[in-house]
Amino acid sequence: MSGILSAAGYVPYRRLPRSDIGAFMGGASGKGTRSVASHDEDTTTLGVEAARLALKSAALSEPDALWFATSTPAYLDKTNATAVAAALRLGRAIPAYDFGGALRSGIGALVSALDSAKETLVVAADMRDGLPGSADESAGGDSGAAVLVGHGEGVLADFVGAASATDEFTDRWRAPGGRTSKLWEERFGENRYLALGADVFARALSAAGLEAGGVDRVIVTGMHARAVAGLRKRLGVDESALIDDLAASVGQSGAAHPLLVLASVLESLGAQGAPAGTTVVLIHLADGADAIVLRTTAALAQWQPTRPLADQINGGAPLSYSKFLAWRGQLFPEPPRRPEPARVSSTAAHRSEDWKFGFVGSRDRTSGAMHLPPSRVSMEGGAVDDMEPVPMADAVGTVVTSTIDRLAYSPSPPIVFAIVDFDGGGRYPVELTDVDATEIGAGSRVEMTFRRLFSADGIHDYFWKARPLRDGHAPSERGAG
Amino acid sequence: MGSHGIRDQVAIVGMGCTPFAELWDKGLDDLIVDASTEAFASAGVHKDDVDAYWFGTAQSGMSGITLARPLQLHNKPVTRVENYCTTGSEALRAAAYAVASGAYDVAMAVGAEKVKDSGFQGLNAMNPPNDGTQRTLTAAAMFSMVAPAYGNKYGVDEETMSDVLASIAVKNHFNGARNPRAQFRKEITKEQAKKSPRLAGNLGVFDCAGVADGAAAAIVVRAEDALGYTDKPIYIKALSFAAGSGSGLIDPGFDYTHFPECEAAAADAYRQAGITDPRRQLAMAEVHDCFTPTELVLMEDLGFAERGTAWKEVLAGTFALDGELPINPDGGLKSFGHPVGASGLRMFFECWLQLRNEAGPDRQIGTIDRGLAMTHNLGGYPGEMVSFVSVVGSALG
Repeated sequence: MSGILSAAGYVPYRRLPRSDIGAFMGGASGKGTRSVASHDEDTTTLGVEAARLALKSAALSEPDALWFATSTPAYLDKTNATAVAAALRLGRAIPAYDFGGALRSGIGALVSALDSAKETLVVAADMRDGLPGSADESAGGDSGAAVLVGHGEGVLADFVGAASATDEFTDRWRAPGGRTSKLWEERFGENRYLALGADVFARALSAAGLEAGGVDRVIVTGMHARAVAGLRKRLGVDESALIDDLAASVGQSGAAHPLLVLASVLESLGAQGAPAGTTVVLIHLADGADAIVLRTTAALAQWQPTRPLADQINGGAPLSYSKFLAWRGQLFPEPPRRPEPARVSSTAAHRSEDWKFGFVGSRDRTSGAMHLPPSRVSMEGGAVDDMEPVPMADAVGTVVTSTIDRLAYSPSPPIVFAIVDFDGGGRYPVELTDVDATEIGAGSRVEMTFRRLFSADGIHDYFWKARPLRDGHAPSERGAG
Repeated sequence: MGSHGIRDQVAIVGMGCTPFAELWDKGLDDLIVDASTEAFASAGVHKDDVDAYWFGTAQSGMSGITLARPLQLHNKPVTRVENYCTTGSEALRAAAYAVASGAYDVAMAVGAEKVKDSGFQGLNAMNPPNDGTQRTLTAAAMFSMVAPAYGNKYGVDEETMSDVLASIAVKNHFNGARNPRAQFRKEITKEQAKKSPRLAGNLGVFDCAGVADGAAAAIVVRAEDALGYTDKPIYIKALSFAAGSGSGLIDPGFDYTHFPECEAAAADAYRQAGITDPRRQLAMAEVHDCFTPTELVLMEDLGFAERGTAWKEVLAGTFALDGELPINPDGGLKSFGHPVGASGLRMFFECWLQLRNEAGPDRQIGTIDRGLAMTHNLGGYPGEMVSFVSVVGSALG
């Protein structure tokens, strides 16, 4: 029987208070906050962060396959899952595929993985936009989520049933190249989704041999807020079984959202010490409906999520609406008057894949000197071609000295920059991110994060930056992985 | 094996230097022609009398043709050199070695940079295609990490450090204000320096070198031939060069309070020139003050002050125009301006003027009876640097 071996969500650091939108645009404001990916994040990097967390909290370091789903891909034509695989340093033989374009692709990938005999890492990420002042802008959110599907003893929750309903109707759509959706009259979609949701719920329960009263937790997600709210009331489950869909804190993060909330529920069930056998139903409404029924195992109580979503959600920092608009390309502030970077060389990037995507340095076998980037010739002694690769993406370091560059080109100046000495050896001068310039200085603890530095000629420059270690723990310092 | 130097084998017999400024009405060719024409006249030679040319430019052109075309040199050996901000020094180093080797009788070094055609402030490196993992930080940001590290190591509080750096800027502006070829010819106050807008870390506009267009040139011959060209040649006592391996950037042992490449270049130059007490033997030094903290640290790297004491010497006025050891009497990069390929030769030009007692009453230093002057030119950043040091003298022996 297949099931879930690990799951993790990644909520970017910045939050837009919804009240700021109304304050600027006029009119009513939504409640709570929405998550906002940094200017150096895209769905690929959001996916990488979630996937790193999911793999770290699993006993497994390399899945049989990697599937990546998003409605807002960084590339078309070119597969985005390959960059995720490279950042995770998965082997060449691991297939990595995109499930692209549609809001249904995330749940679709998860259902397919659960039906597969392979150990599959399902990664989903989304960044949801709307025109300034729109409901989509306010209700949307950005996140990454990853669910490792597999078999055997480590399974946290068994897959016990599923049902799908497919329906061709135009409720929400977006032309290729567009950033914001258009919507049909709300009542039409609501009407369809309520029927479709009820249908898949009933059939999934039947497949799992359950009654509605026997369901312990129900997750309902989807971009149609009225349909989600309406369906929750019509399922006939106990009020206490209906769990928070994170709309108020994170926002609806599209294709990633069902996986994100699933990770959140598994984390809280584990933390609460919920008994093995707790049933969880996940329903997602998108161009039809899908329902998955899971039953927790005894392994869940032992599971230690690497960086629980509850901590991430509580740990964010506010972002001004003007910055949000600038980051989303809806506002065009004066850029630094410096030349924009040239496009990355594809050949050079490919040659340095381990360094660029995996942050793998090298250590001189004789002198022990760490080289970042890796070097063929040692900076100490005379060794040539006698280095071992050292993955440094999970290394934690301390800032030796730092500075602020108000002159250099950046998509969001100024650049905050630091010299970092890593625990266990190695120094690297690196740009910081998710940081307020004033909060960093000598002695600050930092960890590495996979980011998009800039884009030129449509080529994205992916590499690593450092960010403050805010909870005092690196993922590598706790958790089972 | 060893670095033997060419002490007293080669002399500079003619020099030229354009004003350094934002020269909107001059192109690279104009700068080259202006500096070269002055140098030819200074040595009393025709371009055909020069047997070989070295042309330094960091980014304004490629190949020797960039010099041969504007000067209309016909089938002369003309070589373009580039070595970051030490490019101009490298041109002279190559020309001097060529003469010392006996390969040529007369050689010329020309350095030129047309910086202000880019449309951007500051200097902008043009990088070859790469994997996108290189730092995109400005030089100002890299050097801005020096002052806090220095202050921290030697117990200089932020207020005092700010005073020290402002003093360096004030001194170099004082010197530049008296130099008709300098970019910035206005004295500034410490308060102005301290209040200038911050560009990187705690470095403000007045902590940074001026960005200017300009060119400079030197003609070298064998020392024994020098008096045939001028009554007052200046003799090359030492030329040294050190390229770091870049390991300072990734070596946890590097603390940003000194530049090992500069220490190495200075040690080699002093050995070549037979200098044991640079602070007292040198009449002056032109040093690479790309940023004020750079000049501070160089005072120690070049042996003008004990480790951890340069800040006190700066405040005491040791390096002022009328101080014990005048540093950057021409205004330095700070006030004279920094057209990358020309700067190394501009430093020689100041030694040429001062040692020949031709700097003019406003700014002639009083130490020239010591007879020796130094130029120090660096390129790159803390941790990843090239450094050049020369010593020249007004007499043989």
